[in-house]
Amino acid sequence: MISFENVSVRYSGAGSDALTGVDLVVPPGEFCLVVGPTGSGKTTLLGTATGHVPHFTGGLLRGRVLVGSRDTRTHPPRELADVVGMVGQRPMDGFVTDSVEDELAFVMESLALEPAVMRRRVEETLDLLGLADVRREPLAELSSGQQQRVAIGAAMTAHPQVLVLDEPTSALDPGAAEDVLAALHRLVHDLGVTVLLSEHRLERVVQYADSVLSLTAPGEPVRYGLPGEVLAESRVAPPVVALGKLAGWAPLPVSVRDARRLAPALRQRLGDAAPPVRELPAAAGLTSEPVLRAKGVWQRYRRGPAVLRGVDLDVRAGAVLAIMGRNGAGKTTLLSALQGGLKPERGTVTLDGDPVHTLAARARRRLVSLVPQEPGDLIYLDTVDAECAQADTESDAAPGSTLTLFARLIPGVSAELDPRDLSEGQRLSLVLAIQLAGGPRVVLLDEPTRGLDYAAKDRLTEILSDFARTGTAVVLSSHDVEFVAATADRVAVLSDGEVIADAATAEVVLSSPTYAPQVAKILAPGTWLTVHQVEAALLAGDPLRWGQAGQASRADLLSSPEVLR
Amino acid sequence: MSSTGARLLGARLPTHPMAWWIWALGLAAAASRTTNPFLLLLIVAAAAFVVVARRPLTTWARGFRAYLIFGLVVVAIRTVFHIVLGGGYGETVLVWLPEIMLPEWSAGIRIGGAVTAEGLASAVYDGMRLATLLVCVGAAVTLADPRRLLKSLPGALYEAGLVVVVAVSMAPALIESAVHVRRARQLRGTSARGSRAFRSIAMPVLDQALGRAVALAAAMDARGYGRVGSLTVGARRTSAALLLAGLLGLCLAGYGLLDAATPGSVTVPALVVGVAASVIGLVIGSRRMVRSRYRPDRFDLRSALVALCGLAVAALFFLTELSGLAISHPSTFPLDWPQLALIPLIGIAIAALPGVASTPIEPPPELTQGPLVPNLLAQGVLESEVGVGHRVADRVRVR
Repeated sequence: MISFENVSVRYSGAGSDALTGVDLVVPPGEFCLVVGPTGSGKTTLLGTATGHVPHFTGGLLRGRVLVGSRDTRTHPPRELADVVGMVGQRPMDGFVTDSVEDELAFVMESLALEPAVMRRRVEETLDLLGLADVRREPLAELSSGQQQRVAIGAAMTAHPQVLVLDEPTSALDPGAAEDVLAALHRLVHDLGVTVLLSEHRLERVVQYADSVLSLTAPGEPVRYGLPGEVLAESRVAPPVVALGKLAGWAPLPVSVRDARRLAPALRQRLGDAAPPVRELPAAAGLTSEPVLRAKGVWQRYRRGPAVLRGVDLDVRAGAVLAIMGRNGAGKTTLLSALQGGLKPERGTVTLDGDPVHTLAARARRRLVSLVPQEPGDLIYLDTVDAECAQADTESDAAPGSTLTLFARLIPGVSAELDPRDLSEGQRLSLVLAIQLAGGPRVVLLDEPTRGLDYAAKDRLTEILSDFARTGTAVVLSSHDVEFVAATADRVAVLSDGEVIADAATAEVVLSSPTYAPQVAKILAPGTWLTVHQVEAALLAGDPLRWGQAGQASRADLLSSPEVLR
Repeated sequence: MSSTGARLLGARLPTHPMAWWIWALGLAAAASRTTNPFLLLLIVAAAAFVVVARRPLTTWARGFRAYLIFGLVVVAIRTVFHIVLGGGYGETVLVWLPEIMLPEWSAGIRIGGAVTAEGLASAVYDGMRLATLLVCVGAAVTLADPRRLLKSLPGALYEAGLVVVVAVSMAPALIESAVHVRRARQLRGTSARGSRAFRSIAMPVLDQALGRAVALAAAMDARGYGRVGSLTVGARRTSAALLLAGLLGLCLAGYGLLDAATPGSVTVPALVVGVAASVIGLVIGSRRMVRSRYRPDRFDLRSALVALCGLAVAALFFLTELSGLAISHPSTFPLDWPQLALIPLIGIAIAALPGVASTPIEPPPELTQGPLVPNLLAQGVLESEVGVGHRVADRVRVR
């Protein structure tokens, strides 16, 4: 269906190829998952299949890409609209109209289909994607999961043979992501659509995939084959694969279900061992008294319904607290209230007993620091260097301290670069450095893992643990269950503006199928959360036998030094 | 209205956006034909009445108040300009302002001096006329979502139209993005003001806006926007040239119609040539037929009635002006109390008529929100007997 014939891409002005020698055929009706670290050329590869590379992005394409039987060299994206549908990361950015029905019809109007056909297809698509209830709603008022399904529907009404999706679930909570993926699964099964999908959070999608296309780095060869085979060799792998490699399972399972059937032996090996409980650092005379305390916080936006309804939350020094919950559950609002940028309508947020919103912005920043969802919002100067110098003055830190912190977070990035040219992970590091330079007592992070690959997330986990160890209180909101399981000491779940669970990580995530990480699902009823825990236990239990295997897999897991790239 | 009558008038179809624009432009044309403050106020009142009665429940429709305020600002500016740079005619001097003598070459311009009642009245009337034109356009924008109007555009104009509409609807996103960035700035604890603060907010906002624009362009491209049909290059150029010529003609004619001093010997030929060139250009341009329309708005009898109301108002005001009475342009020198007459008043009544005669706006779907009601409907429970039944039926009705 899609054939790449020795395809290489080089963007204008770049010194090397963004993609080299891709030579493979994706057969019709296949669900092909594209994996690889950030910057390995996933988006470029997807772009060549839709014709956006090079027609829209510029650059030089060598070789040939055939979609259906059309050559993308001679067909720009608009002439491929009836063969390929494209869905991006942020559905709102791609919407042309403002209502669900019109959006679904847009591509058909461009293709000049008969009104009767359009009417029928819109109805079919509404049913297929479960959007019939919201057909008349303005697009801006839908939930993000619904918006993403509309975006998929908007591509599907043209009845394309190929659907190309670039990280379609990256902004979604686990439940909404499941809905979107289930809808996709249905398209593949019922309509025989060929799907090419890229994703960082493999644990969400890999079980749906028929094949995996793995990119390692620009210029390096591409691997394509069955999910188990390719992921065994890949630098990026979901926890289930990492656990399988650790335990030496063959064939390597890619779904939790398959892994569970192989798990009894591993469970036996683990025996009575239990995952370690991380202890709060007793150093620096830290007590269990909370630093930041929210009591009965209510918050509403103009005329809207209440976003927070009486939230009580204690933030303790030296611990990492994760806030989870559906899109729109009030996580971002809660973080703003904790930071003091929002004055709670009712209730109080106190820092050592003082209401935090009464502090002056400058003083507050040095005590409670927030990294917003869009790190780019904070950056406005031309170079990393200037940005860091500015941060030093803002936080009254010694000159150069922000830059030093940045270099520690992510070594080897030139300070002369424009911050807007950094990758997601690098930019996040810069904003972290900016916000942490003043040595705040509380750090709040809103969705910090968006757009990060596994290596970058591991690095972030380490960084946050370091901060916690030195007595900083860390609060983060996240949809990423694996990241939360690896990083957080405590989890609070928000639903409809109320805290419905607030306890140790294991206790919360193990009791919920939505929030349970893969390892927990595989090794239930054990209380293991991460591959690292299992690995450490095996090492402790049988150092001779497991030592080597453990070392090898650990090296795989933590992949390379150039993390956070 | 009897049920037969309702059916005849197409009780179900929403008013065609083009009808609202014709109506509003009719009102604007009427306003341009008079400086009578009472008539102008009545036109504004009629427009406001219709807007309040028939405004759709979308974000677009919330801006009418802004047009009213803008109108007031226009009147104020016109008045202040008159006071400062006044013409100084008339006898009833209200105040003497200190006068600044300007050098020889600026003859005819004067700053300060006498402020007369006559001059002031003439300035206020003039400002009110301009403000009324503005309010009429505001009413059209409020009543007819520009995106819906887009659906009724001829094929040749569609692509340009879409670009304009998308550009306009980017504005709210820009404001939202600015709010976000401002909040983020506070997170850095800066209290920068002036150009520094402007830069720190403008840079990220523009950066994001550019990113969004590129993403949107890519999405539109992927969805077939701008597909080239069977039209040859020559035909496309002819169509474009004709459209441009037509637009010029229409502009000339529009100017002629709004400015009473332009002789009819210019206005009429310009109008004829403009319309002809536009129509031919559109026909050629639309012949490529690479687009179709999903559920286009239909121009039913009610819509026709709305459009006719607008035309009738314009006609009645023209008639009043032609009849030569002082109704349309009350004398300001000597200053007279403006008079009213039957014909323009009938016009005002007709202008307000769409407020009751056009299709009512569908009630908001709030009552039927949530999965419960549609599910019940699917089971055939709610069809008729429950109060909200007809609304549910409205929402899922297959047109």
